[in-house]
Amino acid sequence: MSSRDEILESIRASLPRLDRPLPDVPLFDANPPASLLQTFKENLERMGGMFLDPPASGDLLAPVRTKIAGAHVVCSTVPEIAGNRDIAEITAPQGLADVDFAIVRASCGVAETGSVLLTESDLRINAIAYLAQHLIVLLDPADIVVNIHHAYRRPEFRSGHYAAFHTGPSATADIEGVLIHGAQGVRSLSVLPVGRA
Amino acid sequence: MSTGPKQSHDNGLHPELLPPDDPDAIYHNGHRLDHAEGVSRPMRSKPEPQPRGARVHGNRPIDQAEAAGRFIAAPEHEKMHDERLWDLRQKRDREMHGIEEWEELRSLASAIKEHTLTHLDQYLEQFEANARANGIHVHWARDAAEHNRIVHGILRDHGAKSLIKSKSMLTEECGFRPYMASVGIEVVETDLGERIQQLDNEDPSHVVVPAVHKLRTDVAQVFARTIGADPNNSDVHYLAEAQREANRPLILAADAGMTGANFVVAETGTFVVCTNEGNADLSANVPKLHIASIGIEKIIPRLEHLAVFVRLLSRSALGSPMTQYTSHFRGPRQGGEMHVVLTDNGRSARLGLAEFWTSLKCIRCGACMNTCPVYRRSGGLSYGATYSGPIGLIIDPTFNAHKYSNLPFASSLNGSCTNVCPVKINIHEQIYAWRRELVKRHEVPFVKKAAMKAAGELLSRPAAYRAAIAAADFALAHLPRFVAYNGLNAWGRHRENPHPPKQTFHSWHHANRGGKQ
Amino acid sequence: MRIGLFIPCYIDAFFPEVGIATLELLERFGHEVVYPRDQTCCGQPMANSGFNADCAATEALFVRNFSGFEYVVAPSGSCVHHVRDNFDAIEQTAEVTEVRTRTFELVEFLHDILKIEALPWARFPHRVGLHNSCGTLRALKHARPSELHVPFFSKPMDLLSKVDGIEFVTPARPDECCGFGGTFSVFEEVVSTKMGYDKVSDHARAGAEYIVSADTSCLMHQQGCAERIGVPLKFIHIAQILNGASA
Repeated sequence: MSSRDEILESIRASLPRLDRPLPDVPLFDANPPASLLQTFKENLERMGGMFLDPPASGDLLAPVRTKIAGAHVVCSTVPEIAGNRDIAEITAPQGLADVDFAIVRASCGVAETGSVLLTESDLRINAIAYLAQHLIVLLDPADIVVNIHHAYRRPEFRSGHYAAFHTGPSATADIEGVLIHGAQGVRSLSVLPVGRA
Repeated sequence: MSTGPKQSHDNGLHPELLPPDDPDAIYHNGHRLDHAEGVSRPMRSKPEPQPRGARVHGNRPIDQAEAAGRFIAAPEHEKMHDERLWDLRQKRDREMHGIEEWEELRSLASAIKEHTLTHLDQYLEQFEANARANGIHVHWARDAAEHNRIVHGILRDHGAKSLIKSKSMLTEECGFRPYMASVGIEVVETDLGERIQQLDNEDPSHVVVPAVHKLRTDVAQVFARTIGADPNNSDVHYLAEAQREANRPLILAADAGMTGANFVVAETGTFVVCTNEGNADLSANVPKLHIASIGIEKIIPRLEHLAVFVRLLSRSALGSPMTQYTSHFRGPRQGGEMHVVLTDNGRSARLGLAEFWTSLKCIRCGACMNTCPVYRRSGGLSYGATYSGPIGLIIDPTFNAHKYSNLPFASSLNGSCTNVCPVKINIHEQIYAWRRELVKRHEVPFVKKAAMKAAGELLSRPAAYRAAIAAADFALAHLPRFVAYNGLNAWGRHRENPHPPKQTFHSWHHANRGGKQ
Repeated sequence: MRIGLFIPCYIDAFFPEVGIATLELLERFGHEVVYPRDQTCCGQPMANSGFNADCAATEALFVRNFSGFEYVVAPSGSCVHHVRDNFDAIEQTAEVTEVRTRTFELVEFLHDILKIEALPWARFPHRVGLHNSCGTLRALKHARPSELHVPFFSKPMDLLSKVDGIEFVTPARPDECCGFGGTFSVFEEVVSTKMGYDKVSDHARAGAEYIVSADTSCLMHQQGCAERIGVPLKFIHIAQILNGASA
């Protein structure tokens, strides 16, 4: 008998003979906040992320340009802004190790937690979101859902091989509870609310 | 809803831990940040030698009380540990009060897990089929040894000699790192707390914050010894940066990456890994080969159920709404390979224990440890087992009833753990049940057994009982202090005996109510 | 009502004033309070250490003593929790079940059964830290535990609020266990006493003159700790305050 069969047989022999029905899970969206974008912003900031206020008019990407002005290596996967490291030419993640700023677009955002969802389609090479020193995320406000229950109804979780919620930058407080940003991954996460091109 | 009387002070139990300023804090827009595991107010301790964990002698029962005593005898460590984890408990409460449906979420989480566990075989098969369809290699390991052999086999097949990994309690259970060392494969932990412990050759002490028992000065010494950091610099930002820079080249050069999994979704063939550092995503996305060690009890049916757990996990564990990273793996990257090792290691047997199977609901949040007054004062290493704190007390005996026979007695049965458990495991009731079970299996010291037998006989005989009470009162009233507080009087080692009354209630009643029946 | 009074071993031995106050208080409300003279213990010390077989005789004696009363009342939350929720070393006959379901702790009896409205004789002009033992708080549901998201309630506070002059203080950790835990206090005495030191220091820092509780076992442990480390607190059982004790 294979290990698989042994384990399954052991489970079947042990299953508690009790009636335990699977409950229905509500969406818990009866009292949504007045502004999803505003709630998203507050929670993003609470979780250590930065919200880049878009200018009222003119160059919508101006806050991003300001941020990346002094950087050496910028890798952008979005058409709205150009970097100087073309991700299409990268053959292995190690080729992104010296990236200062990565610019990507999120599939969606979650107001409840201030999270953005980044998939393999958004990232092209998944590791970009973790090897870069700083991450800038473009997010269409129309793509913000109210809470996690709604987020999991999105198609990204049923297609594709990788999808990650980012909620602020890499952080830890493993040493005496002192909060650190940039523990292993990005030192900062900034979100610019701008519609898709 | 009212919240009862207001807190009259918030200095905690150890006001001397509070520094006048907070140079370590990160401020954004004038707000002090305490997301992820961040402590909600600054704490500062004084240097002190680190107390080590329980003394392990082969299979002899672990003496948790002895190790706890040494932890308490290191007051800087004990205070910091106690206050820091109590702070996580307080943060958890704040999150709870912000979610109207909190208790409903707990009930849902418990019900989802109990349903899944009572149909575990079906959901595992469903997961396997969906995972395989997406290109994931699925392996099954009956026990720790097989888990290690399987992982070794995968690494060998790829010529991998170095492995980076994120935190996994299952790999701790399996003795994974010592095994890998024995077959010449270098393993590097990427979680900061785990890495500290690895470099210090010490087990993790808490499921979520593995080095919570260490002061910054302890960490500085470890890093000075191992990664060339400055032994006199215990600034936490400096230490964290030192580890980031030391680990980064190891991550980039690793042949393979390994993660655990917090949740597994049968419907989509997905496994989910939650971290604050992003180190699981580095481990999984930098090397070509990704291996995931997963306990068979981690499975849940569908994505809609995942939402319940994701909303409860970080709030319960750290008092933060979400982990910084919640990553969903459904298949290998282009040009990469993904393997999952579904591991039993005693879980299917535990499923068959009528009083204890619900311990399999555990999502490893650590909330029970944070609230446990015994754990906070003893340190996780005092339990001498992979799992410490309240959850440890009820699952460790399933791994080794003899070695861990003392653990269920390291509890005051206060029940706080049960109340904070997001999946409503009746932890304190299972601790109580384990005591009975261990007595049945004769896994208790003879001295205690004899004392309890004697107590049972005395307390069921009114005349003998009365005589004993009278003798106790007489002793309290007349014995000189050096006799009353001798080494055998465990009560009196660190506290005063009760005061002897003029008469017992029994005598008073006889005198004042005429001894009427 | 005909009430059977259960006085646990450590109250009988060390804190008779608590038993006296309980009896007098129940009599103030006009009830017949009977003290079966052959009572000893509820069996909890053995049961809590897992030695369930060793408490059978004690539990049987308890049932023999308390059979036939309309209510059995005890000034001890941990004992009542054991009787109502565990007490299974003996065969569960109809008589056993009757006694178990009729056994109440004093505060819940006054609050839920007698529904006390006023305590005109009670005056206690002191700053008081209320200690809800873990047994009364989480097992008997005397009050809302801080871990749960439910509306606030507190039966002991409802009763104590009817006492003239009383003032409550709030420690930093209102419902953290004080460390008594039954045999835990002896078998894990280092952790137990550290918890006790922390508890009394917390109340003292909050400004308490007295710690009041419905569980004498906790008070006994806290008193022992406070005296050993020199924290100047006084300890009193809720029955004594409600019965009109002045200090």
